[in-house]
Amino acid sequence: MRQEKNNIFEGIDWILVFFYFFFVGFGWLNIYAASKTDENLHILDFTTKYGKQLLWIGFSFPLIVTVLFFNSKFYERFSSIFYLISILLLLLLFPLGKEINGARAWFNFGSMSLQPAEFVKVTSALAIAKLLSDRQYNLNLVKNQIKAFLIIFFPTILIVLQPDPGSALIYLSFFLVLNREGLTLNYIIFGVISISLFILTIFFGTQTMLFWVFIIISIIVIYLIYREGKRLIRFNWHKIVITYFLVGLFVYGTGFIYENVFKQHHRDRFEVLLGLKIDTKDIGYNSYQSKLTVSSGGFSGKGFLNGDITKGNFVPEQHTDYIFSTIGEEWGFLGSGLVVLLFMLMIARIIYQAETHANKFGRIYGYSLASILFFHVTLNIGMVIGLLPTVGIPLPFFSYGGSSLWGFTILLFIFIRLDAHKNYDW
Amino acid sequence: MKTNNAKKNLLYLLISLTGVIFIGKLFQLQILRGVDFDPVHNASIKIEYDYPERGYIYDRNGRLLVANQVSYDVMVQPNQVKLSDTVEFCKLLKIEKEDFITRFKKAENYASYLTSVFLKQLAKEDFAYLQEKLHKYNGFYIQKRIIRDYPVNAAANVLGYIGEVNEEKARNSNDYEQGELEGKEGVEREYEALLKGKKGKKYFNRNRFNKVTGSFKNGLMDSLSEGGKDLTLTIDIELQLYAQQLMNGKRGGIVAIEPSTGEILALVTSPSYDPNMLVGRDRSKNSIFLMDPNNPEKPTYDRALLAAYPPGSPFKMMNALIALQENVINTETTFRCYGGYRYGSKSHNFMRCHCGIYDSPIALKTGIAKSCNSYFSNTYKRIIEKKRKPSQGLDTWNKHATSFGLGSYLGYDLPSGAPGLIPDGKYYDDIYKYRWTASTNISNAIGQGEVLTTPIQLANFTAAIANRGYFYTPHIVKKIDLKPIKNPEFINKKQTTINTEYFEPVVEAMHEVFKTGTGRWSQVNGIEICGKTGTSENFVRVNGYKQQLADHSILVAFAPKNNPKIALAVFVENGGFGSTIAAPITSLMIEKYLNGYISEENKLRETNMLNLSLQDIYNYYRPKNKEIASRKE
Repeated sequence: MRQEKNNIFEGIDWILVFFYFFFVGFGWLNIYAASKTDENLHILDFTTKYGKQLLWIGFSFPLIVTVLFFNSKFYERFSSIFYLISILLLLLLFPLGKEINGARAWFNFGSMSLQPAEFVKVTSALAIAKLLSDRQYNLNLVKNQIKAFLIIFFPTILIVLQPDPGSALIYLSFFLVLNREGLTLNYIIFGVISISLFILTIFFGTQTMLFWVFIIISIIVIYLIYREGKRLIRFNWHKIVITYFLVGLFVYGTGFIYENVFKQHHRDRFEVLLGLKIDTKDIGYNSYQSKLTVSSGGFSGKGFLNGDITKGNFVPEQHTDYIFSTIGEEWGFLGSGLVVLLFMLMIARIIYQAETHANKFGRIYGYSLASILFFHVTLNIGMVIGLLPTVGIPLPFFSYGGSSLWGFTILLFIFIRLDAHKNYDW
Repeated sequence: MKTNNAKKNLLYLLISLTGVIFIGKLFQLQILRGVDFDPVHNASIKIEYDYPERGYIYDRNGRLLVANQVSYDVMVQPNQVKLSDTVEFCKLLKIEKEDFITRFKKAENYASYLTSVFLKQLAKEDFAYLQEKLHKYNGFYIQKRIIRDYPVNAAANVLGYIGEVNEEKARNSNDYEQGELEGKEGVEREYEALLKGKKGKKYFNRNRFNKVTGSFKNGLMDSLSEGGKDLTLTIDIELQLYAQQLMNGKRGGIVAIEPSTGEILALVTSPSYDPNMLVGRDRSKNSIFLMDPNNPEKPTYDRALLAAYPPGSPFKMMNALIALQENVINTETTFRCYGGYRYGSKSHNFMRCHCGIYDSPIALKTGIAKSCNSYFSNTYKRIIEKKRKPSQGLDTWNKHATSFGLGSYLGYDLPSGAPGLIPDGKYYDDIYKYRWTASTNISNAIGQGEVLTTPIQLANFTAAIANRGYFYTPHIVKKIDLKPIKNPEFINKKQTTINTEYFEPVVEAMHEVFKTGTGRWSQVNGIEICGKTGTSENFVRVNGYKQQLADHSILVAFAPKNNPKIALAVFVENGGFGSTIAAPITSLMIEKYLNGYISEENKLRETNMLNLSLQDIYNYYRPKNKEIASRKE
């Protein structure tokens, strides 16, 4: 066993560190553009959004050093305890939390608020990595699958109850990790088919969908009979019947739930997104304005601090969830395209690095990090450019907010720490 | 290991795919800029609207009925509001603080980033004062609007009113913004597209403080407003006003039509309201009172168009015409009356008749003039029994009746209406499971059974008789911007299924009604009035007991007999016999319209009708009154 060097920066992946500082720095410039007012001119004025964000960024340096200071073993050994503490914090929100925008998701310390959900991502990733890295652990066993699902769904449900369904959606990203570690792809296929059926049913209506689903299943069955011969029916007829029945029931159930259980504002969101309803003023306003803002940037953008839509404060929540629209307007296709590209490269880099880990814990943690980032970036940018419904989650490293920034900082630098040690046999 | 590799690569695949899709979408948004990109619907562009004058409305003689006045609304854009002193601001607007909070919340709920109306229709003196002070308050400003002005207090039901577009429509329509006004009822609603005109738009660049920094693209996209079109109605406002006065204190409807064109001369519902009540600052208070569903007077309910009553005796002409056309009677056919008509073997299966001619032959002319129930019961029976099955007979009857526009919405150019009911064979087949005869629904013979008509349908029916067999669809607009209307629906004749020759004996009989029959007390010297009185029974259910109310008083008439100028239907709720209220009102209206004045000899009739009030009857019959109902038990 080799002794660790005292230099905490030894062996760390500078490429990821570069990505981090580029995103945080560029993010701050855009927050500055989005929240600048003519009255406050000093960038260190902590009553302003950009001033505060600068403060959060400043605090993240000691945070990074602290994260890097601890031994890799530390994170593996205490992962369960971190997980339990973070769950406890989520539970404490119900009696002690402060309600902001309808969700009881915040602890309030004087003028500062902290959103525990941003940190639960880290502890959940640690816990999943710990569970899956056990040598005895085999994901083909249903018992083990349930253990993993419990780790994922416990915080998910608590966050849904806040209620903050957007943040809860992120936990689905762990299925990508489970898949990598051997969980059958059927869960994901099943999920994707369900979601597609759900959306298509809303789009075409229950009657039409029932008709088409019947036709499509029949075509598949006929094709299989043609290929496999009539034996197929003899041995599998019950499966075919059940498929017809379940798919039919699902489509019918979707229609029923959509019409009778969903509230009008839920339906409106879906209908605006699917283009069934054109709305430029109310619920579609955010999406419409952000799309327009991005479009107005053109190829090279209007230039830093010159975005007139950004300056006019016309996009709601532009410094947080809609920060990408500022990039689109002021930096144009070049800037926003580059950000998308860099994000994808960064995630790819994390996966690439994770695959080189000899240690399962580090690899799984890296995969969790990549999946979480991937979900966050996809959902956020997808929302801003109008490809996905309005889900209120931040863009990692870019969006305004201390909890979000610190959460992602810790998440990333724990991996950098693990990564720096991957060559040590520990 | 192969599967493991595939699993490893899944995330790489997803990342690449997402990256390509996102950059592709950015390319589409920022470089191709498809239909989504509209530089004008951009929040940093401010659009200022210039509202044109809404079209004026005139009566058939060119008298101005609806004009415009300017009004001012206080608008608010909630996300820009920074109020340091709410109390002072409330004082300025003359509202309570709670009121301020609820109004502000409402505006925020609509959309914090959009302007909505904060305070509607300011008084002129308030406006002058506010204009000086308001610029100090960010997020509030004043919007000029065109509202209506009614120089004549009449025909509110015909004109309708304008009101704010509802939020749903403002959101989904490109033509309306929140706070703008649109026609809500009557002509204002039906002809909204013409009256509205086109609002002018001016585009400005604005900065983050909502301050205008200059014209957008040097005004290249700006457009001028276009005024709305003026409408000339077919209404004769003098006649309308006179009819409204005659209906004072009574409930009911009057419709007068010019038979040779189908133009509606008067369309009266009573009680009505002053159209000015729905303009100005008391507007919402008044509209709550007017539209209160518990208000038994229902002043906004247009009885002339919507109230489907049993038509009563005027419907006998319909049966006479059908019988003549179907050749089941001729003008010489006679029936005898024995004080009524027995349609079944039981003692109560007897329809009484008030014609007063006992056991002597009655022919068509007398039958109509004296309104003999027995005569028409026999006639109706012959129509129904002409075919092998009663349902076939009734279908024929239905075909003829509906060719007069009965049982349908008629297609006039006003936004409200009721179809009434003209039953057909299937209607009774369904109720009686094919086991019925003419006797089952014999009351249709005298317009008293299932048959329901609205006053405008009856007036149109009368116009068709006046024309001896055809009518023009009744309509309310005569000219648009002084050019006569060209709608083929209104300028083309509609032929009924009855041959012209059968009308003459019926018209003769109707003339007899005013010479010697039930309308003889309401003659006018020098004018040959043809008409038919009616008395329609009606019932209400009070605490589960069927209770008969005072009969509705009905009359249809046209004049003069040859080359008729006016045809009308008068309906007075609970007015008793047709001859006592509806007939004098009709003859007064005809005299006023044809002569322009009421002659000395008929002045007493006029005074009587103007002063007659049925309010006591209406109060007595209010179904709410439990005391009366229990006394009846």
